[in-house]
Amino acid sequence: MEIFQQILFGLLLFTAVYFFAKRIGLIKRLILLGQPETINDHPSKRWMNVILLAFGQKKMFKNPTVAILHLMVYAGFIIINIEMLEIVIDGLFGTHRFLLTLLPSFYGILINLFESLAVLVIFACIVFLLRRNFINIKRLRSKELNGWPSKDANIILIIEIILMSLFLKMNAADSLLQLRGVSPYTEHTTGIFYFSSLLHPILNSYSDQTLVLVERICWWLHIVGVLAFLNYLSWSKHLHIILAFPNAYFSKLEPIGKLKNMPSVQNEVLFAFQPELAQQTTNQQPPSFGAKDITDLSWKNIMDAFSCTECGRCTAACPANQTGKLLSPRKIMMATRDRAEEIGRKIEKDSEWKSEDRSLLFDYISEEELRACTTCNACVEACPVSINPLDIIVQMRRYLIMEKSSSPQEWTSMFGNIENNFAPWKFSPDQRTDWTKESL
Amino acid sequence: MKVPIWSEEISKGNQPEILFWVGCAGSFDVRAQSITKAFITILEKVGYSYAILGTEEMCTGDPARRAGNEFQFQMMAYQNIQLLNNYNIKKIVTACPHCFNTLKNEYPELGGNYEVIHHSTLLQQLINEGKIVLSENGSFKGKKITFHDSCYLGRSNQIYDAPRSVIEALDASLVEMKRCKSNGLCCGAGGAQMFKEEEKGSIRVNLERTTEAIETGASIVASACPFCNTMLTDGIKLNEKQEEIKVLDIAELIAQSIK
Repeated sequence: MEIFQQILFGLLLFTAVYFFAKRIGLIKRLILLGQPETINDHPSKRWMNVILLAFGQKKMFKNPTVAILHLMVYAGFIIINIEMLEIVIDGLFGTHRFLLTLLPSFYGILINLFESLAVLVIFACIVFLLRRNFINIKRLRSKELNGWPSKDANIILIIEIILMSLFLKMNAADSLLQLRGVSPYTEHTTGIFYFSSLLHPILNSYSDQTLVLVERICWWLHIVGVLAFLNYLSWSKHLHIILAFPNAYFSKLEPIGKLKNMPSVQNEVLFAFQPELAQQTTNQQPPSFGAKDITDLSWKNIMDAFSCTECGRCTAACPANQTGKLLSPRKIMMATRDRAEEIGRKIEKDSEWKSEDRSLLFDYISEEELRACTTCNACVEACPVSINPLDIIVQMRRYLIMEKSSSPQEWTSMFGNIENNFAPWKFSPDQRTDWTKESL
Repeated sequence: MKVPIWSEEISKGNQPEILFWVGCAGSFDVRAQSITKAFITILEKVGYSYAILGTEEMCTGDPARRAGNEFQFQMMAYQNIQLLNNYNIKKIVTACPHCFNTLKNEYPELGGNYEVIHHSTLLQQLINEGKIVLSENGSFKGKKITFHDSCYLGRSNQIYDAPRSVIEALDASLVEMKRCKSNGLCCGAGGAQMFKEEEKGSIRVNLERTTEAIETGASIVASACPFCNTMLTDGIKLNEKQEEIKVLDIAELIAQSIK
């Protein structure tokens, strides 16, 4: 019987890890559909960002109440996962509370710490559920969250509450069995669990046999739940708990007002002015300018999209969105991920993907959205996980102007003025110093 | 008014210490011209060695680049960098955060390396060094002033304190808007929006911003960007508060208070 359980556990673990690894492999492949970009300068500054922005959640603390609630869930989730190590060892080798034999004097403290975190996680998740569903917070109520995104958010919160409850109930059953002197529980004396022992009155009416069954069922449901959740998060916005770390590492270090240079255009301009200095382009294929689809974006832009947890801080800070324009930086990121996922499904089906008539620009993101951006960087500043929606917006604007020659009439005149008069307004260059003729 | 032009100074054998990059708004826009004049008044008063490029100055290419026209940006950048390098210019000051951001952050990788400072930083330095002496009973003493952060000065370049310390030097009472510093709300002009009509929406960005400025109860909205100045002035007018509230650049505040 015991060995059968161990084999079942091994199979479950293998299947869960296999499917998770496969999914991560696909996500990696989708990210690498983006253009190559080398980001490896100033490693110490980058590690500092990982510590401050990802581990330290620095940007979350712009709103301290929410930041502390989020920290409860995050710390609970990361730290309680140490417990997973024990569960996996117990499951594979048929042991019971393996860490207890390893750290006998410390074990009680450890589990009590996990339990307090579990209680905090449950508390924070309930607050988040209430906030999300019953309090009118604009960024959590936008129409771009209708359907799957808002369901996804609720599923994550409910699963976390269930997993933590299973953990507490399992401990409660275990410690009660120890008190009743039931073997093998009594051979693994853990001491009192302060939080879960509060559940004893509920379990008191159960017979020893039922209680053993409750303990085992909770143990199994907890681990099956965790493994299922591991797979779920790779399909969900919850992936941010993993990608926030590399995303912080690869985030922009330069002043955020600096736009990415386009060396190909720089070279063409140099060729026009000083052909002797320009690099001779050996590349026969004419370069395409700006971005129309995710394959034109940098890999970092696509990783940004997979890191997005759709919290909407960017959209809440966006001047265009706040004044009722169509643009929403969060939607830009969601659209980028949706498009990547669409390509992912095609890769899975046909094992490869070639460009087609559909594209991120036009099919997912409209010209009107892109036009409304003031490039104010509020979205970039607001993002807790170092996503840069503006970078994608600018690359698409470049495509619209340079590949499609599509621009609003006023911009066409502005380009004409800059070209002819060297100023965006229709004044002759001679008039540039007219103001000096007036008195101060 | 006699404003020194770089090419003329060179031919006279002078090498001015700093180039004042006036920018297109500061040169052509009537409202922004008075900011330019105010800043020049200060430079003259403290005897700073400066010159402007005059008719040789061109658009930095900022609005073209942000609209998506990288070709035009590169054309403008190339020509400006050629000119600045030929004059061996080392230090540039500008009253426009858009020009500032482009000159400081975007020209270096195209071959234009200069020490670029915004006028708010220079004004702060001159006040700290005691070169700007403000009259003790200035007209802004005790007045409620709110400062609107320009995106290209604040978020883009982390300059939040310099313009504020300039306002505080006036003995004025600085009041903050609800969204300020890194959370500051854009005026609506950036990203070449200045040159086109807004997209369809529920309210204009500058109206939203000036409503917040009016809520502070300030009688002066200070800015440090000619585009923000235009947008806020229009917003105050749309709110029909132009009699009670004035939008002024920090250079204008100092020029009116300097001894």
